[in-house]
Amino acid sequence: MRHSYLDEYSQINSLIHHLDPRIKIIIFVVFILFVIFTSPTSFKAFALYGLLITILVLLSKIPLQFFLRRSLNIIPFVLLISFFIPFIKEGKVAGGYSFGTLKLTVTYDGLMIFWNILIKAYLSILCMILVMVSTGFTDFLKALEKIKFPQLITMILSFMYRYIFVVEDELMKMQQAKEARSVGGSRWFHAKALANMLGVLFIRTYERAEAVYLAMCCRGFNGEIQTINDFQLGKKDWAFFFVMLAVLFGIRWAGG
Amino acid sequence: MAKKVIEIKNLNYTYPDGTEALKSINLDIFAGESLGIIGPNGAGKSTLLLHLNGILKDKGQIKILDLEISEQNLPLIRSKVGLVFQDPDNQLFMPTVFDDVSFGPINMGLAKQEVISCVQSALKEVDMLESIKRTSHHLSFGEKKRISLATVLSMHPEILVLDEPSSNLDPKHRRQFINLLKKLNITKIIATHDLDLIAETCLRVALLDKGKIVAVGDTIDILMNKNLLETHSLEMSSVLS
Repeated sequence: MRHSYLDEYSQINSLIHHLDPRIKIIIFVVFILFVIFTSPTSFKAFALYGLLITILVLLSKIPLQFFLRRSLNIIPFVLLISFFIPFIKEGKVAGGYSFGTLKLTVTYDGLMIFWNILIKAYLSILCMILVMVSTGFTDFLKALEKIKFPQLITMILSFMYRYIFVVEDELMKMQQAKEARSVGGSRWFHAKALANMLGVLFIRTYERAEAVYLAMCCRGFNGEIQTINDFQLGKKDWAFFFVMLAVLFGIRWAGG
Repeated sequence: MAKKVIEIKNLNYTYPDGTEALKSINLDIFAGESLGIIGPNGAGKSTLLLHLNGILKDKGQIKILDLEISEQNLPLIRSKVGLVFQDPDNQLFMPTVFDDVSFGPINMGLAKQEVISCVQSALKEVDMLESIKRTSHHLSFGEKKRISLATVLSMHPEILVLDEPSSNLDPKHRRQFINLLKKLNITKIIATHDLDLIAETCLRVALLDKGKIVAVGDTIDILMNKNLLETHSLEMSSVLS
């Protein structure tokens, strides 16, 4: 089981890891906003933002390759959305290709938007990865809750974190039980068996949800989950917050 | 005679699908005793337990610590009756051990410091204090069982209700768990078909089959009654015989 997928690097001893998760979330959201509101032509600003996030990543002592690998999981979605823009956007033509009857033209405006989406998405993705990976998932959820993020969402995420592996285990056990009795049989037959398994899994998770709800009621659940606030904002957190703000404003000013 | 903490009078329960799970149950449970509820699979043991803190309600009268089960009394009753479910994955629903054990005390409205000390003493009681920061899905089955117990001990219940506490535990952890139960000095109700566990922890036993109480009496009398046990799909323990 890859139980450590989410929290692989959350226990490292570094400046970034020791920051209060609330400050971390807020300052990185601010960071992302700064990146989003940068004009697409201020290349210097993007370079500086890139430098800043690189420094933060180095401070976190999390291996760089890990960031690159993790970002590769997300960037294809961005590419998928933005890839066609250079071909669709109208404007001054930068080049054209024709495949038989199909004619494709790429415009400068389109390329600019493509670059803009790509660089902003990538910088934001790096920010998100850094926050998520340097904070234990449970602390992350608690921090979201304490900064008044809708509790319904944090509750759903928290149950997901608790039960996703339980459900995965159940599926795996069913799969093994099926394999153990599988002797031959057509592909269609196996596909049907898989469909049944998913149905059973759905019913089981549904029943588990009921049982969990009962267990919650037994311990006085009244519609709201409360946790103890054990976060403490220290001098270091505030220092980080203001230094980051100053640097972000500095980059905005320098990059125009 | 000690004080009655639970009084069940003529309790019936029918599941929404029409299955009659409990039929005219009468049972009194006294302060400080350990009562075993034994019976085959599907006898209605778990259903009976779910009535003891108002999760299920139907015909019949239940009084817990002299309180009727009503909406108004539920929070108090639920803090006095600690119910531990059979599957620890249902009992432990919060992401970390601390959050889980503190769930009850926080809902009871205790102050932060009190909550923390309740959690620590409950975990100490089940010998799991060093796991306070761990996430629940990293625990072994035996550890989950013990933490499950801690999640209700932290609420300082007067009555502890356990559903199949020894199921799926290996002998070593089963032994640990039994010793743990023996140490706890509160009223206990233990539903199981692990008769050796009952023999060690309970002085009185109720035998449940097909939703009815077939016999109530001293543990020795019932567990030594080979005929009675075998008619109700149970088996006399080889240790006792």
